[in-house]
Amino acid sequence: MKLKNKWPKYYKKDVITHYCPGCGHGIVHRIVAELLEEMELGKRAVCVNPAGCAVLAYKYFDIDMIESAHGRGTAIATGVKRARPDLFVFTYQGDGDLSAIGTAETIHSANRGEHISVVFINNAVYGMTGGQMAPTTLVGMRTTTTPSGRNPEYDGYPLHITEVVASFPGVAYAERVAVDGPAGIQKTKKAIRNAFQCQIDGLGYSIVEVLSPCPTNWKMTPRASFTWITEEMTKEYKLGVLADRRARE
Amino acid sequence: MTVKTARKGRVVVKKEMCKGCMLCVEYCRRNVLRVSESFNKMGYHPAEADESAECTACMVCSLVCPEVAIEVYDDEDRSE
Repeated sequence: MKLKNKWPKYYKKDVITHYCPGCGHGIVHRIVAELLEEMELGKRAVCVNPAGCAVLAYKYFDIDMIESAHGRGTAIATGVKRARPDLFVFTYQGDGDLSAIGTAETIHSANRGEHISVVFINNAVYGMTGGQMAPTTLVGMRTTTTPSGRNPEYDGYPLHITEVVASFPGVAYAERVAVDGPAGIQKTKKAIRNAFQCQIDGLGYSIVEVLSPCPTNWKMTPRASFTWITEEMTKEYKLGVLADRRARE
Repeated sequence: MTVKTARKGRVVVKKEMCKGCMLCVEYCRRNVLRVSESFNKMGYHPAEADESAECTACMVCSLVCPEVAIEVYDDEDRSE
C-alpha cells in the first residue's frame, strides 16, 4: 500500500486550522500549498494575508507571510514585488477585505498591472465578525444585518469586483471558479495554477475569485452549502475566464 | 500475495484532525466513510473508514477534505 496524497510541503505539518467544519478556506489553503510545491515556488514565495477569517493563515503556511492592514493586501504586495522582483508575491484575501474596505487598493494595483497574483475568496458574507452583509451578498440573502433579505433599494446590488478588474488592460488573467464539489475543486486548482504562472512569466496582474462555502454563517450543512453555491450563487456570479491576455506580446 | 480482491485502496482518517463536516462521507460513492459514534478531542464526531468496504482509492475524499485529515493508500500492484 502506497500513500497517494502526501502532506503538502509548504503547509505546516499536522496543523489544525481554526476554520469551522466544512469551510472553503481549508480546501483553498491546501490547493495553494500543493501548487507552491508543484511549481517549486515555496522558497521564494511571499503571501500577504488579509484581515478576515484567513487572518491566521500565517500559522498554517510554511512560507514567508506578511500580515496586512485591513484591505491593504495588494498595496503591500506591490511594495514587496517592486523591491524584490525575484520573489513570488501573492495575496490571499476575502470578500470583506478585497471588495469592501480594500476596493481602492485592489482597483489601482490591477490598473497599474502590478506583477502579483490575487486569490480572492468570496463567500458573500463577513465571516469572521459573525455573518453580516458584505458588498458581495446576494439580493434577498439573509444575513445578520439583513434579516429579511438584502433589499437592493436600501442595500444596493452585489458588487462584481472581478468583472471590474478584468476590464483593465494591466490584468493578465482573471477567472471565477467555485469550490462546490470535487470537479469545482479541481477547476479551482487549475485556475490558481494559471494565475501563478502569469506572474512567473511576468505578464501582469492575475486574480482568481473562488466562490467558497461558509456553512456556519449561511446556516447550512457543508454539503448543502456546496449545493447552494452551484444552484444560487453561480446565477449571480457566473463562472469562467473573465480576462485572459496571456497570448499578447 | 497474488490473490485478487475487489478492494484496491485504503483510507485512513486522522481522527484528531477531523471536524466532522461529513463532506467525505457525502461524496464517497462506495460508502467507505461513515461518521464515528465516538468523539475526538475537539468534540466532533470524526469520519471513520469502514474497513470492509471496497475502496477504489479514487481520492475524492481527500480532495474535498478541508482539513487534510484523510490519507489515501493505493495498492501498488495495480498501479504498475
